[in-house]
Amino acid sequence: MATIDSKASGVAKQDPLWKRYAPGHHWRNQDDEFDGAKIGIWLFLATEILLFSGLFCAYAVFRMLYPESIAQGSQYLDWRFGFINTVVLLISSFTMAMAIRDVQLNKQGWATINLVITLVCATGFLAIKFAFEYIPKWSEGKRLGNLFNYPYATTDHEHVWWSIYYMSTGIHATHVIIGMGLIAWLIYRQRKGAYGPTHYTMMEGVGLYWHIVDLVWIFLFPLLYLVH
Amino acid sequence: MTTVDRGLDHLQGGHDEHHDVPYLTAKGGPIATVWDWMTTVDHKKIGVMYLFSVLFMFFLGGVAALMLRIELFEPTRQTAAGLTGAAFAGGEGSSVGAVGKFYNTVMTMHGAIMVFMFIVPGIPASLGNFFLPLQLGAKDVAFPRMNLASWYIYVFGSFFGVYVILTGVVDTCWTVSSPYSTSTTGQPQFIAMILAVFVLGFSSIFTGLNFIVTVHKLRAPGMGWFDMPLFIWALYATSIIQVLATPVIGVTFLLLLFERLFQIGIFDPGLGGDPVLFQHFFWFYSHPVVYVMILPAMGIISEVLAVHSRKRLFGYRAIAFSSLAIAAVSFLVWGHHMFTSQGELAATIFSALTFLVAIPTAVKVFNWIATLYKGSIALTTPMLYAMQFLFLFSIGGLTGLPLGALSTDLHLHDSYFVVAHFHYVMFGGTVIAFLAGIHHWWPKMFGRMYNEFWAKIASLIVFVGFNLTFFTQFFLGTQGMPRRYASYVDDFQLLHQISTVGSFILAAGFFVHLFVFIHSLVVGERAGQNPWGGLTLEWETDPVPLEHNFRHEPVVRHGPYDFESVVPPGCDEKEFPLPPKDEVRTIH
Repeated sequence: MATIDSKASGVAKQDPLWKRYAPGHHWRNQDDEFDGAKIGIWLFLATEILLFSGLFCAYAVFRMLYPESIAQGSQYLDWRFGFINTVVLLISSFTMAMAIRDVQLNKQGWATINLVITLVCATGFLAIKFAFEYIPKWSEGKRLGNLFNYPYATTDHEHVWWSIYYMSTGIHATHVIIGMGLIAWLIYRQRKGAYGPTHYTMMEGVGLYWHIVDLVWIFLFPLLYLVH
Repeated sequence: MTTVDRGLDHLQGGHDEHHDVPYLTAKGGPIATVWDWMTTVDHKKIGVMYLFSVLFMFFLGGVAALMLRIELFEPTRQTAAGLTGAAFAGGEGSSVGAVGKFYNTVMTMHGAIMVFMFIVPGIPASLGNFFLPLQLGAKDVAFPRMNLASWYIYVFGSFFGVYVILTGVVDTCWTVSSPYSTSTTGQPQFIAMILAVFVLGFSSIFTGLNFIVTVHKLRAPGMGWFDMPLFIWALYATSIIQVLATPVIGVTFLLLLFERLFQIGIFDPGLGGDPVLFQHFFWFYSHPVVYVMILPAMGIISEVLAVHSRKRLFGYRAIAFSSLAIAAVSFLVWGHHMFTSQGELAATIFSALTFLVAIPTAVKVFNWIATLYKGSIALTTPMLYAMQFLFLFSIGGLTGLPLGALSTDLHLHDSYFVVAHFHYVMFGGTVIAFLAGIHHWWPKMFGRMYNEFWAKIASLIVFVGFNLTFFTQFFLGTQGMPRRYASYVDDFQLLHQISTVGSFILAAGFFVHLFVFIHSLVVGERAGQNPWGGLTLEWETDPVPLEHNFRHEPVVRHGPYDFESVVPPGCDEKEFPLPPKDEVRTIH
């Protein structure tokens, strides 16, 4: 393979960035650095889970306190949009994983294609979220907290339902937006040749982050849309 | 010798000559030096910057505490503080309301600064940052840039928070409990303070995450998990709590923020929210976080007691595992802050779980005392502080038990007994250990010795002042003085006055310390490589560590506390003589 040949002849100026990559001065070697970064990312994912667990906990508490408001609230959501978005995110998770595999195999063209599909899916998720869910509901007065003024509310605490809905999906959407920025950065760097079989730490990290964003939605979807 | 040249420099990312200078060496002119410090990713410089930042915050929080004590000198709401208070509260004159508001604001300031800006980042981010990589034999923490980011976030959050509290009238106390926090005045200031604390959480997570990865991946060759100094074990347990608890306060404050902005009705009972949910969220973070405060202190005590009594630590593994046990149990006991706001069964369970904390804590204390047995104890300042710790922390720990028991807590809760208990653990424990650690590692951090005589005098003043201030508060509490009040009935006056006098003695002790430190930095005697004869890896570096810490990657050949068989690095055998061979019994 070309990779091995060029390794044997030493690192040359015209080599892609990933071949010229040197680990930080305090790491013994590149593998240690990769492992360290990966532990770091997993710990970060743990903090993400705990962040969202607060919201899930609040959901459970208010489900017990005001079951009819929560049941009524979830009737307002159209499961089909939630479902489409679930599929969109699952596809994006798949293409993200494929992109990492592509750089591992040094298939740079395919890596770009997969990353772009991931970015398109993320954009699609937000587009569906805003165009078919946030904007129509907001304009009907189905808003959070003191902004709530939906005239046909049938239960007392529907503003609490909308608060939970907007807070949890809003924090999730914020994560999607941050993820889009990261993926765009990955595309830029990947086109410059920064990632390859021996160095793809950033891809791996963003990939794991993207999977947790996906996973949180997997839990939000049934709780908000399907359970009445 | 324990450090050998393995000739592996070519594998270690290069051995660059220009990094072989002490880390304190100035880089050109003053502006260049300041720029160098502001952009450094060196864990030692970041540790020093953190040290001065948290000590400055300690000063601010201390001033607030003294203002509270002045106000409490007289039973009625009074003048000395009242005059400044009137200006503070918007020129309403020295009316009763204005002074009360002022008192609450200062109390909030004291609590918020001391908890979020001093004691939580305190030991890990300053001494931990400096010595964790050194004790592991590493060149730096795993993510150096993230480490610097942590400091910037801390500084930004702290100054923002202090500015907000000073200019506004945030008087919710640091616990910001709903519904008061969702309905009190001072909307923009309150929102800003919430944001400041939210931001500070990131700096805490960054430090914790960094430490965990560093411990996992950057230990020197030959250093297994049970060859690590106990300070590292303590920091490791601390970091786990920081990473797992802080996100919860993050989402809580985010929800509180939206509660203030849009009345989302999650926490505000007037809108159908659940204030008890807020308490659960808040204490799910804020209880584990008291172990973030105390665990690193316990780590320092383990180091200091072993080195200054030249004894192998008794029960190394027991101390190491008890740190992890405390971290684990810390997540199960938050409910004891809310005995009155939950069901009887829940309260009983939380009470029982609370007693569990006493077990690993007592394991540590007994092991420390057993370590001292037959040691050659040197009464240096760090050792004096370590002994103070044993004494004060034991009082603090034992007075926690009546607070954890439901029946006695009914009488004692929300009284000065709680205040005294908390300060015996946090001040008598953490701050005293912090002082022990600063003196223990001062020579290594700045390459100079401090004046032992005056440091000992200062430690004595601190000890007397502390006990006068807070031991009286146990009596106040048992007699029924409630916490958080600006005025009280006349019967309590004598005890309150002793407490106030004590607080000023305590402050005087700290000023003596300050002068000892400044004196040391300016004209202190140059320190040797290993003034105390320690065996952990930080004592194998140069008197002032090099930028890359070690001249060659160290290899661990002995345990951190093998005082009976190893001549300390950089020391004369006459200075720290080994015991005769036949007297040594190796214990494993």
